[in-house]
Amino acid sequence: MQKFNYLIIGNSAGAVGCIEGLRTVDKNGTIAVVSEETHHVYSRALIPYYLDGKVNKENMHYRPQDFYQRAGVTLFSGQRASQVHFDTKEVVTAGGERLGYEKLLLATGGKPIVPPIPGLDKSNVFTFLSMDDVLKIEKSLAGAKDAVVLGGGVIGLMAAEVLKKKGLNVHVLELAPRVLAPVIDETASDIVESSFKEAGVGIATNNTIQEIHGQETVDKIVLKDGTVLSCDLLVVGVGVSPRVDLVESTAIKIQRGIVVDQKMQTSVPDVYACGDCASIYDFITGENRPLPLWPNAYSGGRVAAFNMAGKSRYYTWGTGMNSMHFFDTNIINAGMNVSEENDQNLEIITKVEKDKKIYRKFVINEKGHIKGFALIGEIARAGILLNLIRRKVDVRPFKQKLLEEDFGYAHMHDELRWQLLKDDVVLGVI
Amino acid sequence: MAKILVKPEVCIGCHLCEVWCAVAHSKSKNLIKAFIYEDPKPLPRVAVEEDLPLTFPLQCRHCDEPDCVSACISGALHKDPESGRVIHDKERCVGCYSCVLVCPYGNVFIDHENRKIVKCDLCAGLDMPYCVSNCPNEALIYVSDS
Repeated sequence: MQKFNYLIIGNSAGAVGCIEGLRTVDKNGTIAVVSEETHHVYSRALIPYYLDGKVNKENMHYRPQDFYQRAGVTLFSGQRASQVHFDTKEVVTAGGERLGYEKLLLATGGKPIVPPIPGLDKSNVFTFLSMDDVLKIEKSLAGAKDAVVLGGGVIGLMAAEVLKKKGLNVHVLELAPRVLAPVIDETASDIVESSFKEAGVGIATNNTIQEIHGQETVDKIVLKDGTVLSCDLLVVGVGVSPRVDLVESTAIKIQRGIVVDQKMQTSVPDVYACGDCASIYDFITGENRPLPLWPNAYSGGRVAAFNMAGKSRYYTWGTGMNSMHFFDTNIINAGMNVSEENDQNLEIITKVEKDKKIYRKFVINEKGHIKGFALIGEIARAGILLNLIRRKVDVRPFKQKLLEEDFGYAHMHDELRWQLLKDDVVLGVI
Repeated sequence: MAKILVKPEVCIGCHLCEVWCAVAHSKSKNLIKAFIYEDPKPLPRVAVEEDLPLTFPLQCRHCDEPDCVSACISGALHKDPESGRVIHDKERCVGCYSCVLVCPYGNVFIDHENRKIVKCDLCAGLDMPYCVSNCPNEALIYVSDS
């Protein structure tokens, strides 16, 4: 049996974050990666860009071709981990290979949610998560005229935009009363919906698939409200759920995702988890939940690496956050998404110019801390706002300035500004 | 790590750091040609923070643990282990603006025309960044590694 100091299951953002973290503190420890897919490490987040023709196959790679070699990583490519034995500290692959570990990282990712609707197993139905998905969609585009996208969340809308740009008639079906419902509020959803409608994409809310017609392929879809849509291509973009099947029957604590503490450690000694498979600490709510987003996966993997190598580090900056764009409307949001009528004593301040597709919204608690924000159109320097959340700054003295596009450090009061920038400025020179 | 510090009390708010930054990243490297003839116009990678009478520029800090690199979905941003600079490869950039979301200094700039970002590279290859050497009131200090 081969044995490694560090064994990583999964081969995406979390794995890369872990490898890069490990190599900053441990140049010699042995590292192995078990990757189910045979593709060189690529960015799932680039899938819409690939389909759109903005990124070629080469640039889908998240790290250079020689990444594993240079980092001294043994890669088990095309091998699925099928069992893990925490007592003997080994992982068994589907091919029967046994791999021992001292420290283990579970970075198994997410699996696309496919609702239990009869007919979703037909040959022109695709999910939108992996390289193989997008290669199949690419092939089926030839001759396709009508596309239906199930799901009006981030994944579904990104798929819908690209398919529209590819010249297809596109309809998006969303069960909720509006698109992007858990991510942004009503006003923001309205603006996004209008971007899609102006581009000629059909958005059907409060609606879903009632019935699928066709033999081998989906030909027609009957919606809940009775509408009939022709369909050459059906993309299921409802979301992802943590992929935990590998450890489901073990003693490890799972609550939707594999539960980790702020060190990214699971309930089992020497076993860590990060990325879409994990339930991680959300610093805004103070609770654990799956936060299946790229930066959380990479940073989680990096923090896990330090702890795996014996150096304490905490991931206390993870939360729900997105940078999105649909038909040139840029959107950035982070933290809590609540509407004006909330029961948590949260103040909401907004600026809305719907015709210009401009929106700024801040959620502020009773201590003056920003708990969430959403920006549409004016997204420049959003990171300063995220920093104010992370530093738990009382923003009340300059609250109204937050609504201005050019808001920055200059608009804060002196004491706060120079405290936040203390390593960056030289004061008292005159 | 080399970085640029600012003396806010000395900054006169002339914005010449922005102008010369754009020149440094232009094709011609010539002030007049860059702004009159070049298309697209060169963009600055520094912004003067302003709430008069207060003014001061802020450049990329080339952080030890750069949030922008962690957030980058395409691998376009990386921290060079030798120089310590946070480097942006515009060929790989897809303009997702995840780095804009996380940079605590607001120091990743949007190039709307090309749907990409631009950022400070400390004028790679030069002994002294343009913004520092061209600041008329010497409000900027370049602190090198040593």
